[in-house]
Amino acid sequence: MPKLTYVSADGDAEVVDAPSGTSVMMAALSNSVDGILAECGGQAMCATCHVYVTDEWRARLPEMAEDEDMMLDEAHSERLPQSRLSCQIPVTEDLDGLVVELPPTQA
Amino acid sequence: MVGSGHGGFAVASAVRERDPLVEVVLIGREAELPYQRPPLSKAFLAADEPNADELHFRPQNYYDEHRIGLWLNARVEKVEPHHGEVLLAGGKRVPYDSLVLATGARPRRLPCVPAGLGGVHELGTKADAVRLRSDLGEGRRVVIVGAGFIGLEVASAARAAGADVTVVEAAPRVMSRVVSPTTSEFFEKSHRSAAVNLITGVVVSEVLTSGDHVTGVLLSDGRSLPADVLIIGIGVQPRDELARAAGLRVEDGVVVDKHLSTSDPNIFAVGDCARFPMRSDLLVRLESVQNATDQARFVADRLAGSSEHYEQVPWFWSSQAGHKLQIAGLPTAPHDRTVQRGRLEDGRFSVFFFDGDLLVACESVNAPADHVVARRLIQSGTALDSERVSDTTAPVRALLN
Repeated sequence: MPKLTYVSADGDAEVVDAPSGTSVMMAALSNSVDGILAECGGQAMCATCHVYVTDEWRARLPEMAEDEDMMLDEAHSERLPQSRLSCQIPVTEDLDGLVVELPPTQA
Repeated sequence: MVGSGHGGFAVASAVRERDPLVEVVLIGREAELPYQRPPLSKAFLAADEPNADELHFRPQNYYDEHRIGLWLNARVEKVEPHHGEVLLAGGKRVPYDSLVLATGARPRRLPCVPAGLGGVHELGTKADAVRLRSDLGEGRRVVIVGAGFIGLEVASAARAAGADVTVVEAAPRVMSRVVSPTTSEFFEKSHRSAAVNLITGVVVSEVLTSGDHVTGVLLSDGRSLPADVLIIGIGVQPRDELARAAGLRVEDGVVVDKHLSTSDPNIFAVGDCARFPMRSDLLVRLESVQNATDQARFVADRLAGSSEHYEQVPWFWSSQAGHKLQIAGLPTAPHDRTVQRGRLEDGRFSVFFFDGDLLVACESVNAPADHVVARRLIQSGTALDSERVSDTTAPVRALLN
């Protein structure tokens, strides 16, 4: 099962097992990782599951759709080139080892 | 917190985030861990094998780790503001310093439907969705009463499951309480193209039965429709009985002020059950996740000492017949004209609602950029030349400059 690492804004890392088919957002919620709210439940409607993905990993993610791109502008913490909505990143075997950083606030 | 839906859950987690010491108790009627409601009428119904656990906001250990008392399957019988206590079924008394009512709303019943009739569904809880899901399928004849968000989302899910779907709406057009005629027209066409039989301007006058099961409905225009499954989606009523019995001010919802306080200063109300002043001249009750969670965070801030007023641009979304509808602001708010951007034929457009030169609402279909820009324009309250809105040669972002 792919392992994902969530690094909080304070630098604390949490590693979770995430089954393929879930999303990076869902894997955080179901493993009690703090720092992701995901208020709209994964519809790219709210920008409260904002994460930063390093350049190396970002190239391996599916391309951003227009709704995700637009909604990221509404993120509470600063939007950076590394920004993604974690609800729009499906977990696959290829993402084993993925590291995402969490912003200081989501709302 | 009384109520473990989006609002109650969000208050509990936001209060804990702001204060590690305060005692937090979340009381819910249902036995289920608190869960997401929007997917119940969409992906959850349509999925081949929905993962019910994925609906939970958080697993049990989240509540343990964050010391949030989660009292499920618990019914609040009474709120006693003078004693600062709530009384649970079974006799337990729970003292509080601050109480948040997040009791939500319940589906409206259709008076002509006999109680307990087989094949009849409503959609308010996960249990309702599980039951409905098992009743949909290839060739099932499904009649849905009400062409609001829920009715139309369920129509799409039922079509995806291969059912034969008819939607009966009393108003002359779909979603008439919430969207413009333009947007109604677009979705009417879309649903009809997806082979949904859409009948507007009629009501169900009688439910036909055989034994204890529904067999069809009789319409006010004399037609009758056969039905294996009858789904009632005619809106909701706020669960405001506890507040009323406690002597709080109630008018189709628990009335709160701009701080979301009820008529008792130690009791707040959030979400579907709360009627609040959106502006000084506009008292509203909104049924949405955004409203529940923004109000929840506001109350948590307030309990942590903030003295701000509640002021958020509402937004809503729906997915139907493969299209994404996003609404910013309230299309029902006073406005003097609407301006369209984009064309219905392209399957991508928005309707902007103006009051003078102020944007008050925007409906977007498959146009997320328009939606996000509109949210900002409504929030900032800056004057805008409505002519510029319809000019699609300039990107929508240009409206922000």
